[in-house]
Amino acid sequence: MAEPSEPSEPPGRWGTARPGRRDVLRGAAAVGAFLAVDLAALLTAINWIGPKRLTPQAFLDGFNKAFGRHHGYRTNHAKGVSVAGWFDSNGNGRELSTAVVFAAGRTPVIGRFSAAGGDPHTADAAAAGRGLGLAFGFPGSQQWRTAMLNLPVFPDNSPQALYDRLAATVPVPGTVKPDPSAMTRFFAAHPPSARALTILKQHPPTPGFADSTFRGLNAFYFVNESGVRTPVRWSLTPLQQALPPSSGPNALFDPLVAQLRAGPLRWRLMLTVGAPSDPTHDATVLWPADRRTVDAGLLTLDSVATESKGNARDINFDPMVLPPGIEPSDDPLLSARSAVYAASYRRRTGENTL
Amino acid sequence: MTVPSRFTWLSRLLHWLTAALVFAALFIGFVMVNSVASYAQLIVVHKTLGVLILVVMVVRVINRLTHHPPAWPSTIGTLEGKVVGLSEKLLYALLLLQPLIGWAMISAAGEPVVVFGSLHLPRIAPFDAQVFWVLRQAHSVIAYTLMATIAAHISAVLFHTLALRDRLIERMTFRFRSKADRSRLG
Repeated sequence: MAEPSEPSEPPGRWGTARPGRRDVLRGAAAVGAFLAVDLAALLTAINWIGPKRLTPQAFLDGFNKAFGRHHGYRTNHAKGVSVAGWFDSNGNGRELSTAVVFAAGRTPVIGRFSAAGGDPHTADAAAAGRGLGLAFGFPGSQQWRTAMLNLPVFPDNSPQALYDRLAATVPVPGTVKPDPSAMTRFFAAHPPSARALTILKQHPPTPGFADSTFRGLNAFYFVNESGVRTPVRWSLTPLQQALPPSSGPNALFDPLVAQLRAGPLRWRLMLTVGAPSDPTHDATVLWPADRRTVDAGLLTLDSVATESKGNARDINFDPMVLPPGIEPSDDPLLSARSAVYAASYRRRTGENTL
Repeated sequence: MTVPSRFTWLSRLLHWLTAALVFAALFIGFVMVNSVASYAQLIVVHKTLGVLILVVMVVRVINRLTHHPPAWPSTIGTLEGKVVGLSEKLLYALLLLQPLIGWAMISAAGEPVVVFGSLHLPRIAPFDAQVFWVLRQAHSVIAYTLMATIAAHISAVLFHTLALRDRLIERMTFRFRSKADRSRLG
């Protein structure tokens, strides 16, 4: 052991240690082993080595393969318009949830109508999913964000199924069409998605955005003042007809914008109260039609704007941004949506900055 | 070689508390942004760990400013001493900054900042997507810088303790040995 001869010797530039070769080897081995373990742990955590996890980046890549890479736009639901308005709560929702938004009164709302798909310049198609993202009370601490679709159920019930669907829609190299047999194989491998397709076919889309019913699809728990947790799915039922689709690439967005410029559009917020037997983890399954609904109030949207800095363009309609009184369910899509939206938000805010 | 003088028990407690919290926050952070399945649950834990680190670091800065650390053993020369002093300042700065950036980043995205399940913190940055992105990038850069700085810190202590045999690590450890053991070693 390298005992210094004079304990009071000043350390000097290099210190007083004069270790033997064996000690140096021992120290170097320990440092090497630590660094190897540390690096292996980091690489496992970031999914470079070890059992592979489904990552948000895999979804972004999947969307880009299916729809192309469009800088500065959302990775999915890339085409959209920013809207604003308010929600008039009638107080009925308080029976189910303590959320401030359900107390009688008015909450400002900022939102975004969108078309499913990753191409911001795609021509509107009646069959494409229509989205409505809403942020109630943005940007306050009690805000509630939701991203809804004009569908009766969600097409898939797990992140893996959603990812596999995406992979099946990637165009065959050199063409613009996916391999039709890939979709057949997808439905064979994912029976819940096949069952959801049957339900979706029974609910054809309405002519436009304004007359679409938008649904939250995932189940959430509403918690009331007594602490009772109730499974709830919410939806917006339209109170107007839509203008007929126009000709041209914006067949659905043009009538929506014209309607919003002519006057406000309204939807009723309906809370469907689930029974204990109703699945909360499976968004591909309809709840029985006789479930009680609570009319929570009226959503009014009265202004529309092209997406730009500071409006809905810069809001991540993350379904996990919930006020006290609304809690996530065990639906695995919620975490996946939150994770993928966050990755997309990071990427596009960068592209809109640089 | 004699046992080097220890840090005060409070300093040692704060050090190991920080170590556990930072280790957890870093690895949970790396896993959550690379996992769709566990993201939602992990980010809740990550935010709470972040605010705990911020509180502990504020206490540590006060403790560091009011208590001079014990002298180094003579195995640390003046050159290494300069590196050690700088890396200590760097670690303090990064560990204070990182939770603040996380907090500001959520604020800039216009999202509520919730920790401990239901405690709402005030927003500390305006809603601005560009500010969000700059902070988000910084959060990752600092995370990797912390990984490297902490790895260097641990490597240096291991090398000192095992190769230079200066019992450097005992400045920071707690004494769990019995009195009999100690008198035998002494």
